[in-house]
Amino acid sequence: MIDLLDKHKTIAERHARMMAMGVNAVGLTNDRILSPTRAMIKGRETILAGTNNYMGITFDADCIKAGQEALAEFGTGTTGSRIANGSYALHKELEAELARFLKRKHCIVFSTGYQANLGMMSGLAGPKDTIFLDADSHSSIYDGCTLSGAKLVRFRHNDAMDLDKRLTRSEGEEGGRLVVVEGIYSMLGDRAPLADFVAVKKKHGFQLLADEAHSFGVLGPHGRGLADEVGLEDDIDFIVGTFSKSVGAIGGFGAGNHPLFETLRYAMRPYMFTASSSPASIATSLAAVKKLAAEPERRDRLRANSARLFAGFKSLGLDMGCDMVSPVIAVKCADEISTIGMWNALLEAGVYVNIALPPGTPNKLFLLRCSVSAAHSFDDIDKIIALFGKVVASRAAA
Amino acid sequence: MTASQETIDQICKLLEPFNSTGKALTPDTEISADLNIDSVAVMDFVMEVEDHFDIEIPLNVVSETHSISDLAAVVDARVKKA
Repeated sequence: MIDLLDKHKTIAERHARMMAMGVNAVGLTNDRILSPTRAMIKGRETILAGTNNYMGITFDADCIKAGQEALAEFGTGTTGSRIANGSYALHKELEAELARFLKRKHCIVFSTGYQANLGMMSGLAGPKDTIFLDADSHSSIYDGCTLSGAKLVRFRHNDAMDLDKRLTRSEGEEGGRLVVVEGIYSMLGDRAPLADFVAVKKKHGFQLLADEAHSFGVLGPHGRGLADEVGLEDDIDFIVGTFSKSVGAIGGFGAGNHPLFETLRYAMRPYMFTASSSPASIATSLAAVKKLAAEPERRDRLRANSARLFAGFKSLGLDMGCDMVSPVIAVKCADEISTIGMWNALLEAGVYVNIALPPGTPNKLFLLRCSVSAAHSFDDIDKIIALFGKVVASRAAA
Repeated sequence: MTASQETIDQICKLLEPFNSTGKALTPDTEISADLNIDSVAVMDFVMEVEDHFDIEIPLNVVSETHSISDLAAVVDARVKKA
């Protein structure tokens, strides 16, 4: 008999090497969460700088109250899918609020952000179509593409000329064409050059989807994401987003103006065959989306904090993932062992960041990845900079 | 499908920078399993192959391609089609 788990032995060995150096960097336990930016980890109060809590909204009093009321009024769970059990009024209300916020005719919510990409990719594209996806796309995009059965063509990261070349190569093939880009890329924090992609769209003709997971609520004068920031919303056919970052809950959405958009509800397996979001989660998401519209100062604080961390790291001479201010600030490290060592040292000193290792990173990079929150104080940011100076910059120089 | 020696040679040349094992490359070398190349690096390598031969090799085809000769056969078929 062949043991099915034998194939994962190399993962087990890699994990054991990591554990031998300290704690589990990819499975840490937060014993208590004290605020959007603080947790008790291993008995120590720790600054959270790797939680994608961009708006710092997870302990907002209005959001908590909305969740508590929904919990009392609608119960703990929906116990099934919206196709089978029906929607709760809250699901419809959230969809309407999001559509209003995004200035789109239609919006469909999903139980997780991962499922939003699975659903949208597989609902939009079928076996006769081709999806052109950025090489650095999130795994949920890759997995959604696989689920769709479409032909998958990967283009070089943020390279509209490369996309142009690949579209030309596949000219004349049957089926529709979907191009997928992201507002902010989760590992390096860089953005899609949307204007370049829109120019290619005008030349070749395809439908364009922007995954605004890390940019929804964050970028743009209205917080609608990268397309809002660069004034190209009319050229984006479909938007995907998540509630697990700026919205501080769990879930995701797809939105668009297409007259057949609502039909996707009956064509997306990740929407149809899973339980719908629980009432409390929908209610806190609804309250948070209203705040994204009503409290633009959160975006201003996030921008100021991001600029401060970026400038601080720059003055330390750290090699960063992208050369512009972003709420995702990744520091490139030399190798796996030293990255794990520095991650442990940072945690010991009281700051939690993400460790990101190949193949979860582009270009085989080893990263210490920070995400900034509007709820960080300048003092927090300065502490993070000082600790990176002590732990990371000193090693890089050594 | 059989692959031409010329295509196999060119693919080996493109694969060399991704081969950190020092193992000699043969037509039967399994690109991912034998050379310990992770899934993302395999996709990056295939991009080099695509550009070298000016063809498209969809990811769905890549996932069914294991050895160097498998990939060379795909390349030959697609070059011919183009």
